[in-house]
Amino acid sequence: MSILLDISKIDMVFPTPKGDFTALKEVDLKIKKGEFISLIGHSGCGKSTVLNVVAGLLQATKGGVLLNNKEVTEPGPERAVVFQNHSLLPWLTAYQNVELAVKQVFNRKMSKAEMQDWIEHNLKLVHMDHAMHKRPDEISGGMKQRVGIARALAMQPEVLLMDEPFGALDALTRAHMQDSLMEIQDELNNTVIMITHDVDEAVLLSDRIVMMTNGPAATVGEILDVKLERPRNRLSLAQDAEYNRLRSAVLTFLYEKQRKVENIPAQSSSKKAGETGDLQIVDSTNDVDVA
Amino acid sequence: MTTLIRKMMTADSDSTLLVKSLQFLSQRAKAVVLPMVGIAVFLVIWSFAANSIDTSLGKFPGPKAVVTQIGNLYQEHQSEREKKAAFYQRQEERNAKRIAKDPDYQPKIRAYTGKETFLDQIGTSLVTVMSGFILAAVIAIPLGIAVGLSKTLNTAINPIIQVFKPVSPLAWLPLVTMVVSAVYVSPEPMFAKSFINSMITVTLCCLWPMVINTSVGVAAIDQDWVNVSRVLRLPSLVHVQKIVLPASIPAIFTGMRLSLGIAWMVLIAAEMLAQNPGLGKFVWDEFQNGSSQSLSRIMTAVIVIGFIGFLLDRAMLQLQRLVSWDKESANR
Repeated sequence: MSILLDISKIDMVFPTPKGDFTALKEVDLKIKKGEFISLIGHSGCGKSTVLNVVAGLLQATKGGVLLNNKEVTEPGPERAVVFQNHSLLPWLTAYQNVELAVKQVFNRKMSKAEMQDWIEHNLKLVHMDHAMHKRPDEISGGMKQRVGIARALAMQPEVLLMDEPFGALDALTRAHMQDSLMEIQDELNNTVIMITHDVDEAVLLSDRIVMMTNGPAATVGEILDVKLERPRNRLSLAQDAEYNRLRSAVLTFLYEKQRKVENIPAQSSSKKAGETGDLQIVDSTNDVDVA
Repeated sequence: MTTLIRKMMTADSDSTLLVKSLQFLSQRAKAVVLPMVGIAVFLVIWSFAANSIDTSLGKFPGPKAVVTQIGNLYQEHQSEREKKAAFYQRQEERNAKRIAKDPDYQPKIRAYTGKETFLDQIGTSLVTVMSGFILAAVIAIPLGIAVGLSKTLNTAINPIIQVFKPVSPLAWLPLVTMVVSAVYVSPEPMFAKSFINSMITVTLCCLWPMVINTSVGVAAIDQDWVNVSRVLRLPSLVHVQKIVLPASIPAIFTGMRLSLGIAWMVLIAAEMLAQNPGLGKFVWDEFQNGSSQSLSRIMTAVIVIGFIGFLLDRAMLQLQRLVSWDKESANR
């Protein structure tokens, strides 16, 4: 398959009062159409920065991003973003939030009735058709994230960018959302870049896992091909030898090769890890800061 | 009350519903009783203090004098209304007679020019304050949005706002008066000059809190919402309309409530000096009048001014609850 998205040797340098800070150094990644890519790495390594450069919300200092051989210079609906904290507009209902996107993207390409069908279709896809006329503050965190995904899917993006989409959810809701996402992915076969902290999530969902080295000057460390058959089932995979090999490969990368030395008290992070039970890398510093 | 409820709880644990309803009642009672107690204590202190202050116009008015004056002022209003009705009736009769005599006669209708009553003056004040406030909002909210969106504009305009914000209405008034009398010249003016003067002074004073609050609200919009708009490539006008305006509604309303409070305070001072026939003029006229009733009439006006200010704020809050998506901030 042909290369859809080419992240070509991007450097990202942020000017700070203390001098330039190099967040990314020669990040290079080629993504094929229909591929599901996970970006994993310790917090502060610049995963979000990569995503924001692809989204066009940030401009790379050096290098660039090509989508269908065209350079990305600004944000656009063909690179829809699912933000970490849903970022639904609180004064609009779920339906209206999706409508805002659909009206903008399919302006004059769809009739009013077609738009309505399309909005409802997307909300149905994420199982939110029962609550589509509720406002964000009336629905749970998982439901908000579903609407956020519906909004992004409704733009019919060429690449779907997800910035820790389930990071703010509890473990059970997260598992449920991952299953939903796999279901949607089976149907639509989108090209997806997803940032995650969760090793299981990465192995379960991805075709390839891109592991990033620690910052500053973070770059792509290793890329792991996940050749597990689809559809995947989390319960049967738990016993699967290949699944466990991949899982330990990621863990080895994160905890041995790229061991994060934290000077900041580790107390809060150990508490958080215990809470969710699964082996995930916990975000104690804020990597969105860099973004 | 609470001890009673506690006793009941221990005596009869089955009737929890009764206990709960009693608790609810006692809470409601507290919400009613405590303010009552506060008002009662205030009235007592007021009447004692009033009794012990002697002025050249007699004793300082206490609560009783104010109640009497409220009655008087209402009576005056009624009798003035009767006079007005009688005047128009006489005029109509006279015109009818003339027309009966001479069918070609074009009847002349003269407006009644009696003195304004207290209630009329309240009406004038409300109209003036709302006109000034609305004019300020029409200027301030778009300006605030522009300043909030553009850091450049903010840096350019901020010093001007900071300098004009603390200026008292009394300082503006002479300038406004002179400019209005120079610019607003027409043989048959639609509005009285005194009205225009008071209104513009109100506008000048309540402009700034709205500009500042709106701009701060706009500048503090959640970056994620801005990113949503950028990913959708919303055109700037749609961005303002669909994202910026709704997102900063809570801040805009905070500014509007502050401004309306200031507008009402400024208005009284402006009316005193501009001789706009509102509550300010009422206070000034009574002060100049210097009769034995003057002080109690002024005190009545003070209390009425306070009440109206309170009601204006409540009305604004209700409007905010109606319009704003952010019910949390509307509860403050």
